[in-house]
Amino acid sequence: MTTPALQVEDLSFSYPDGNRVLEGLSVSAAAGDRIALLGPNGAGKTTLLLHLNGILELQSGSIAVDGLPVDTHNLAEIRRRVGMVFQDADDQLFMPSVREDVAFGPANLGLDADARAERTDAALEAVGASSLADRVPHHLSGGEKRRVALATVLAMEPSVLVLDEPTAGLDPAGRRELIDLLASLPQTQLVVTHDLPFALELCPRSIVVDGGRVVADGPTAELLLDRELLARHRLELPFGFDPSLALRGRDEA
Amino acid sequence: MGAGHTGSLHVSGDSPIHRLAPEAKLAAVFVFVVAVSITPREAVAMFAIDAAVVVGILALARLGPGLVLRRLAVILPFLGFAVLIPFIAGGEEVDVVGVSVSRDGLWASWNVFAKATIGASASIVLAATTSITELLRGLSALKVPTVVVSILSFMFRYLDVIVDEMRRMRTAMVARAHDPRWLWQAKPIASSAGALFVRTYERGERVHGAMLARGFTGTMPQLDHRRARAGEWMLAAVPPAIAIAAAVVGIVVL
Repeated sequence: MTTPALQVEDLSFSYPDGNRVLEGLSVSAAAGDRIALLGPNGAGKTTLLLHLNGILELQSGSIAVDGLPVDTHNLAEIRRRVGMVFQDADDQLFMPSVREDVAFGPANLGLDADARAERTDAALEAVGASSLADRVPHHLSGGEKRRVALATVLAMEPSVLVLDEPTAGLDPAGRRELIDLLASLPQTQLVVTHDLPFALELCPRSIVVDGGRVVADGPTAELLLDRELLARHRLELPFGFDPSLALRGRDEA
Repeated sequence: MGAGHTGSLHVSGDSPIHRLAPEAKLAAVFVFVVAVSITPREAVAMFAIDAAVVVGILALARLGPGLVLRRLAVILPFLGFAVLIPFIAGGEEVDVVGVSVSRDGLWASWNVFAKATIGASASIVLAATTSITELLRGLSALKVPTVVVSILSFMFRYLDVIVDEMRRMRTAMVARAHDPRWLWQAKPIASSAGALFVRTYERGERVHGAMLARGFTGTMPQLDHRRARAGEWMLAAVPPAIAIAAAVVGIVVL
């Protein structure tokens, strides 16, 4: 059996105030998988993400990325391998210009100036943001910020991409561009989202998390057709949205 | 202050002054201002030379007199104070258009006026021809500690974000008919300042998390920038050299 791209086993976590957020959560992803992480607010999704590259310290359980365990010795390599795109792009883009922001990760990897410039250009090119290189991050539109945020992690050449609510606050065209962009990337992707049509379109597989553990794991279409499951975990399809019709429409197109 | 306001002091252009390396410009302005400020106030001709240098540079940088005069408005409060000095200072009195004023006070007033105007104009040249990003690069090229440059950089980056956040909170208050006019209505403002502080603090934590996620180890990476060439340093050295010469002449000869 090949090594999974991402292996989370029996992860439990409590915040310092005693609030227990994860209760023995296990997830495994093969290389190239695109997985939607669904679940109500407070289910522990973001807490799980923050574990994946060691921002929150492991309390119990284990995590491995391409077989490399997440622990304090491997932190630098783990953070290179796992690219994390945060929900609020203003948190992610902290340098005075887009170019410098994209170069921040590669610089931390110790790359020299030429290699940095190469990575920066390639990452901006990959997200279609080459023309934004000299702009000030704050002045970008929501969609542009999201794409640049993605470029900042692509510049580290990660093998796993982790995205927290990437479609939140985007206009429909921006959302469409993001779906196309993510679909074009080869990395293993784990996407936290409340946007179920987005999950259906982008991710063949979905995992439903509630109360700190995995309550369902399977093909996205199957999960979204299970009305009872959705209702139990405060998930709702948008008005008038029928997953089976959507899939049929896509297959015909 | 508004979205997109920071950095607006910068007037984009492509003059020789705009293209000069930021560290050379920063150092030049600093030395120039120091030289002007140590020039003795009685050396009126020397201030004329300094002023001519600034005007020459403004012309080179293609900055119009309107822009410079508008921005000089920030020193008006100081000049307003300077105008009062001759009336309140003691010592020998002289008559100016029939009003008896202190001779020493007049000199003090002139001193403030000349130095403030020339110094502020030099800063206006720097601010108008150098973007904030470049200024930060210049500071780090001048070996200002990385932590100081980082703090300035974050301040610049998040000022607009925080001001926007503040404006949203204000809008939310106004939308619920909050219309503070009197001191005893200040409570919501005080508590919103507290909320803003907490939000800003939490954002700081999230930003730090995002930095860690990209391999931040506690020191900001030194990003590469074009270093100033020897020729640029020489060019930038001309105005401060003139000002130093003027100061020396003022101190020794006059």
